[in-house]
Amino acid sequence: MEISVIRSGMLSTVQDLGRRGHLAEGVPFGGAADPFALRVANLLVGNAENAPGLEVTLTGPELEFSKAVWVAVCGAQFENIPSWRPFRVEAGARLIFGKRLQGCRAYLAFAGGFDIEPVMGGRGTFLAATMGGFKGRPVRDGDVIKALDGERHLVGRWSLDERVLPPYSREPNVHVMPGAQSGEFGDALFSGRFLVTARSNRMGIRLDGAMLARSETDELVSTAVAPGTIQVPPDGNPIVLMTDAQTLGGYPRVGHVATVDMPLLAQLAPGDGVRFTRTTVKEAHAMAHASEHALALLRQGIAEKVKPA
Amino acid sequence: MKLEPLGDSAVVATLGSGIDEATMAAVLDFSEAVLTANRRGISDVVPAYATVTVFYDPAQFAEGAADPYDGVCKFIESCVGRPSRAPFRWQAKLAEIPVYYGGDFAPDMPHVAEHCKMSVDDVISIHSSAEYLVHAIGFTPGFPYLGGLPEVLRTPRRDTPRAHVPAGSVAIGGSQTGVYPVDSPGGWQIIGRTPLHLFRPFNRQAAFLRPGDRVRFKPLTRQEFVSWR
Repeated sequence: MEISVIRSGMLSTVQDLGRRGHLAEGVPFGGAADPFALRVANLLVGNAENAPGLEVTLTGPELEFSKAVWVAVCGAQFENIPSWRPFRVEAGARLIFGKRLQGCRAYLAFAGGFDIEPVMGGRGTFLAATMGGFKGRPVRDGDVIKALDGERHLVGRWSLDERVLPPYSREPNVHVMPGAQSGEFGDALFSGRFLVTARSNRMGIRLDGAMLARSETDELVSTAVAPGTIQVPPDGNPIVLMTDAQTLGGYPRVGHVATVDMPLLAQLAPGDGVRFTRTTVKEAHAMAHASEHALALLRQGIAEKVKPA
Repeated sequence: MKLEPLGDSAVVATLGSGIDEATMAAVLDFSEAVLTANRRGISDVVPAYATVTVFYDPAQFAEGAADPYDGVCKFIESCVGRPSRAPFRWQAKLAEIPVYYGGDFAPDMPHVAEHCKMSVDDVISIHSSAEYLVHAIGFTPGFPYLGGLPEVLRTPRRDTPRAHVPAGSVAIGGSQTGVYPVDSPGGWQIIGRTPLHLFRPFNRQAAFLRPGDRVRFKPLTRQEFVSWR
């Protein structure tokens, strides 16, 4: 099967669940900024959760499928596109994303998935090194992307129980664990709302709000950072590192976002807000465990409804 | 050794405080010891300057009622003194990096020479006669943080970073020097260009340099640079 890109949208990249084992070479995990949405989109069409799908950012694409196929779009919602449920696209039909209704990034999965060779153990696009995904770059108008055939048989009428979704919002409460320099910043991070600026991307979300003033002035020696690390550069505006962030950092860390809340951040568009609330490593593990448990139940339920044809 | 969490999926082990060779050697030994243990649930071990950061999957350390953070810390502590794969240091190498220090490839060379109050030829000769130690790889894929820049060459970063620094650019940032392996933004002072590829995603080892490697720069003439293959 082939998928033709009629219009690419603002930034559409092939993404899976990322790479592991290459941080020491300076290669970040990468993969879907909202891994929850990609995993569910894949489950809904009977794929492995790690199958490469299309991450669509802010404006959606227009795509044509050469064969009839089951498709699911999860995460951000767009006009004309069913959300969080599988739907059929006929051969030669065009899937046209309308206006964005909510969220920032949508994940399009289809039965079979893109036919993409892994690079350094991942099929996702890593833009900074122009590697992985489709030719190491965002898809463009006129691209024709090879895909694997995947026939599925869907049983009955059903829909996803929305209570299993993360609490997506235009102003989510995001759980933060202490960072090495938390004590040098007082309470400013937890005192009010921050706005997501337009200078945000897959590498980091740059926030605007209360200035975070550090009580110390010593320069720090660079150490590893992770997705979720909240760095504070000298201008006092915090940056939350996202999936494609650099692997080392020398700025003070005021905290770390709980992994389970990263999808909430990935769905914030410029102008949206965010509030931070304190948590501990222990609680973050418990939240991640609960989320995985819910996803396991979902996986079980879907397996009875979506079967290989 | 001090352990502290880096969020809910990594632990930072701090083995020293400064940027020095003894600390770096300890960091490399310990990093290798953790890797050699080959524990399920550990995805990445990142040595950098005075720290080794261990990335873990909490679900793999949650056996029984155990707290995953306690579990991973116990594992990390169990690696202290563990013999690492010999001969260690990822077979640390002395790499020679050829550099053309001239023309369009060295836009900040006049500024560096002026700041250091020496001639361009002196900058080249001093930069290429020192031996550097790779303290960490990061910033961009394969980017080496090199320690050992002679003090007389220290030059502060640019006030405004460039939006685009071409791959291969050799640069000075404060007390460090480095090579940009891929096109990226960057604020360091660019003094030359290497024809070597420091990041090759299709090689078994993608990053040409690893922490613990030593580096020397070798000046190329324009002709040598152009005909390099």
